[in-house]
Amino acid sequence: MSHLTREESEALIAEVLDVYPDKAKKDRAKHLAVNDQSVEQSKKCITSNRKSLPGVMTIRGCAYAGSRGVVWGPIKDMIHISHGPVGCGQYSRAGRRNYYVGATGVNTFAEMNFTSDFQEKDIVFGGDKKLAKLIEEIEGLFPLHKGISVQSECPIGLIGDDIEAVSKKSAAAIEKPVIPVRCEGFRGVSQSLGHHIANDAIRDWVLDKAEAKAFETTPYDVTIIGDYNIGGDAWSSRILLEEMGLRVIAQWSGDGTLAEMENTPKAKLNLLHCYRSMNYISRHMEEKYGIPWMEYNFFGPTKIEESLRKIAAFFDESIQQKCEQVIARYKAEYEAVIAKYKPRLQGKRVMLYVGGLRPRHVIGAYEDLGMEVVGTGYEFAHNDDYDRTIKEMGNATLLYDDVTGYEFEEFVKKVKPDLIGSGIKEKYIFQKMGIPFRQMHSWDYSGPYHGYDGFAIFARDMDMTLNNPCWNKLVPPWKKPAESSAAAAA
Amino acid sequence: MANIMIRRDAKGALSFYLPKRDLEDTIVSIEFDQPDKWGGAIRLNNGGAYYIEPLTSPPSLPISLRAKRLDGAE
Repeated sequence: MSHLTREESEALIAEVLDVYPDKAKKDRAKHLAVNDQSVEQSKKCITSNRKSLPGVMTIRGCAYAGSRGVVWGPIKDMIHISHGPVGCGQYSRAGRRNYYVGATGVNTFAEMNFTSDFQEKDIVFGGDKKLAKLIEEIEGLFPLHKGISVQSECPIGLIGDDIEAVSKKSAAAIEKPVIPVRCEGFRGVSQSLGHHIANDAIRDWVLDKAEAKAFETTPYDVTIIGDYNIGGDAWSSRILLEEMGLRVIAQWSGDGTLAEMENTPKAKLNLLHCYRSMNYISRHMEEKYGIPWMEYNFFGPTKIEESLRKIAAFFDESIQQKCEQVIARYKAEYEAVIAKYKPRLQGKRVMLYVGGLRPRHVIGAYEDLGMEVVGTGYEFAHNDDYDRTIKEMGNATLLYDDVTGYEFEEFVKKVKPDLIGSGIKEKYIFQKMGIPFRQMHSWDYSGPYHGYDGFAIFARDMDMTLNNPCWNKLVPPWKKPAESSAAAAA
Repeated sequence: MANIMIRRDAKGALSFYLPKRDLEDTIVSIEFDQPDKWGGAIRLNNGGAYYIEPLTSPPSLPISLRAKRLDGAE
């Protein structure tokens, strides 16, 4: 199907909205828009970060998911207690594939689930005693852990447990940091507030307490912030920075440690990949320690090149020179990737619906392969994310904020993209509709996708999915039109 | 009254951030921007307006301040 014009896109949105009751229609209309690059203010065309409507199928997560799953979870040498009933921790355990180096259960714990497993009596009588006992047990069973964070689930806030007091007392008893995080799932409209709460907890309980620590610095210290090392993303980003002559002193928080976090205020530049989940702490460090920060994008050679030059501009000539060398060195590699896959992917149209940074960051990578993103949307973005997205997207493409299951399906039926990138909950619906799908939260069990090495894998995966022979086998032979089967027989 | 943070963005323009509501926007005008007086009423790109008590000299940015909402945009 050819491209939709502005009028067609608008008509499509109106058609999709038509089934809603009036009130819901009015609300949802604000979240759907046709992109117009001339708009400076996303607010004028799209509303974001609002409560989802009751009754629609949203794809969002909760504050606990933002804190335990995203920000704190990947810190490997700490134990993160899912404080509350058992399910929240168990069903989110290790699903995000934040890779790390270490012996799980001995000195690293990111893949494990620690929970206080609340029962009825804990709700009635409070769970503080249980938490204190749990921390004591952890200290006995896993003595090599470097600290504990207490990630509250909904009941903790509802029954009013004083996890701060327990944490302080336990921290004194075990002589390691115990950090209470008030990330109850009911707070806020999406996981976005969980990121904010988690950032604030790091600020108050980690950075403030670590100021006196000695750390030998160099003029080329940088940190990678907001890279969760999904499938090894942070590693493929890190090598590029190190080849440029920079020293990466901390990874937040994929493959990260508590000590790395404590060293971060000594860096010269904070490099921010996921803006939505970690801009809070970058702002804090800019104000308090005077560390500049910048957002970068390591998806696809065009954006990598742009970002590497931008990073190098913060440092002296020698780094800038090495930056050019790095770009030149990888040139043959990524040109070969493009030469191989571009002819197979040219002109294909993609629809995305993901989380924090990918709906705009991966656009460049698709464009490098000759593909085009015709619709994009965020689960939990704020207005400033859309400000930047508008410039990345083509005119008359679709933008959808907090899209509902129904809307997404209808858009796909009409736009007929060649590929969809979204999460696990959407995957099987669209595959059964016969549309190639990549899970863009955890790279569909592949990855890394960051950096030059990641781009090669990205291109291969997209080709593998799009040009998979299964897509023309969806109609069983006995349902195929008669003439084609006759032709086959002849 | 709300806590806000003002910083310079990559383009050099003043940027306004209200942590409580995760509101981030550029500042289009500031009442006093003189060597001996800085602050007053600030107007945001989204149409909102806030008032910060004037400081006696331009601060080093970023800075956290208390601000009063004059006219909310939302």
